[in-house]
Amino acid sequence: MSTPPRAVTPAEEGLAAKPTSLWTDTRRNILRQRVAQVGLLLLGLLLAIAVAAPLLATSNPDAAVGVDEGLMAPGAPPELRGPCIHLLGCPASRPQHFFGIDRNGRDEYSRVVFGSRVSLLVGLATVGFAIVIGTLLGSIAGYAGGWLDNVIMRLMDVLLAFPSLILAIAMVTVLGPGLVNAALAIGIVAIPVYARVMRASVLSIKERDFVVASRALGESARGILMRRILPNALTPLIVVGTLGIAGAILDVAALSFLGLGAQPPLAEWGSMIGQDRNYLIAFPYLIITPGIALSLSVLGFNLLGDGLRDALDPRLNR
Amino acid sequence: MLRFILRRLLLTIPVLFGIVFVVFALARVLPGDPCVAALQERATPEACALFNARYGLDQPIPVQFVIYLGDLSHGDLGNSISQGRPVSEILIERLPVTIELTLFALTLATILGITLGVISASRRNSAVDVGTMVGANLGVSTPVFVLGLILIWIFAVVLKNTPIVLPPGGRLTAGVSIVPLAESWGMTGQHGALRSLVDFVSNMYVVHSLITGQWGVLGDAVRHLILPAVALGTIPLSIIARMTRSSLLDVLGQDYIRTARAKGLGERGVILRHGLRNAILPVVTVIGLSLGGLLAGAVLTESIFGLSGIGKMITDGVTGRDYAVVQGLTLVTAVIYVTVNLVVDISYGFLDPRIRLQ
Repeated sequence: MSTPPRAVTPAEEGLAAKPTSLWTDTRRNILRQRVAQVGLLLLGLLLAIAVAAPLLATSNPDAAVGVDEGLMAPGAPPELRGPCIHLLGCPASRPQHFFGIDRNGRDEYSRVVFGSRVSLLVGLATVGFAIVIGTLLGSIAGYAGGWLDNVIMRLMDVLLAFPSLILAIAMVTVLGPGLVNAALAIGIVAIPVYARVMRASVLSIKERDFVVASRALGESARGILMRRILPNALTPLIVVGTLGIAGAILDVAALSFLGLGAQPPLAEWGSMIGQDRNYLIAFPYLIITPGIALSLSVLGFNLLGDGLRDALDPRLNR
Repeated sequence: MLRFILRRLLLTIPVLFGIVFVVFALARVLPGDPCVAALQERATPEACALFNARYGLDQPIPVQFVIYLGDLSHGDLGNSISQGRPVSEILIERLPVTIELTLFALTLATILGITLGVISASRRNSAVDVGTMVGANLGVSTPVFVLGLILIWIFAVVLKNTPIVLPPGGRLTAGVSIVPLAESWGMTGQHGALRSLVDFVSNMYVVHSLITGQWGVLGDAVRHLILPAVALGTIPLSIIARMTRSSLLDVLGQDYIRTARAKGLGERGVILRHGLRNAILPVVTVIGLSLGGLLAGAVLTESIFGLSGIGKMITDGVTGRDYAVVQGLTLVTAVIYVTVNLVVDISYGFLDPRIRLQ
């Protein structure tokens, strides 16, 4: 990202140009786009924060440090619970809390930092699950065709007919609240999207010459699917998947906000906002800081997804 | 055209059937004894036997499904265990609140979204365009509940003593009240479909106050709807603006647009009459699809703004493990969603004659 793209002479662009692989092209296309650059930057930051969370956090995210420091004592002025940064002129006599302390006396900044781990992990796991199952169903439907195709895809149609978050809420009602169940529900609801994308890819690829050749050479159906079709169908899956992570993070946070996902004391942004929402008037930063963290993470995946789509779209290749 | 509509209608039937099946299966397939879930610590074997017999749970699963279908066919969505009354009755009370909110948000998103999209596309790469697209990216990435809470903080707390202060929740200011239509029309003794319809309309305060000409109430109800509608409408607004822009840019690059310009048509006419008309189809699709997100977002919006629509109903249902309520609501929202998208599909036939002939 640091080196500027080299100027290409007209001669190089012609026949003399070295053939480049799809991935090289893609990487170059992505890095050329401002949108994708911002997305990558945000995600890099998110990943760095998630990995380095124990180093960045100023205290244990689950420990009621504010109580030990006497900030929550009856009679202590509520302003003490607010943000205090020594560098910005907060008196050194007060304990430092970048984003203040939450309703249980925990350090909000440390909780926001640790929350990045939960959201990133849940987003990736949820979409990973949906992609694996969706790809499997979509490739079976596309490759086998016939009644199997019909049964699978009609089932997918039905799942798509529900507003996804509401179906997820219904599933969590039955499964019981919890982060794993919430992620599972969001994952199940997302399966049809990937199944459709995969099926469409398989249908467009399976009659191509190189696939027919493999079949003639006696390659098994599984081999054809895994080695010939899947690699060629990955492109749209990656684009949809990246955008899907953004949606999954939003939906899981929404379930947690409603108390159906992450359970206290886990530092998850949605549940932090949900738990402290009644403190909006007195301590708005308890809502605003995890809210901004959540929005920026989602924005990162959205921008990267948009950038990938443009970069991988051959129509836009110059 | 009639054939086109009929075909679309027929294609919807299996999906509706599938929805009913999924909603039914969800309660039976997933682990957990419904009796234990409903009665909790009171779930003694005797109580469960009685419970199962009462709700038909002692029958074989296929029989249960047929019973469920039969109940649905005359509008019986089961009984709420925690409230002890029919789910359909609660729905008539709550659904209007959600519909009012959703329609408000959708109207806002559509009008503003198309306008911003058209301006962006016609002034490509201008400050307005860049601003709109950055705003749209932020808009799709901000969760409804975060935006809603921040809006409350800004308009009800920060701007408290200014003229643009807006109420942080509820449907009417304390002191402002509205008489149910059934009461003012002397229908309190009646029951049945007509009464349900009147109650339904009566619970949409904006429509209600419009019908009865209570302008003070109307203003108050609209003021209460602004913040929730903005919070709920921002994501579809962003999506609609982006879709309008990209679809219009696609169309504006085509030959007939150049022809229209060449024959001396004003830029306004080119963009609105030739451009937008041909670019609107994908936008209509997106508007239809965004309804699913709106209905789900309404759950969060209502929870933040203290509105007692289906969102409140579903969260109460979940916390009370009142599965009949959640089941009924899931079913109804899915049917609304499918129906609206069916209407969108059919509207293509009117918007684009080519589709009818396929």
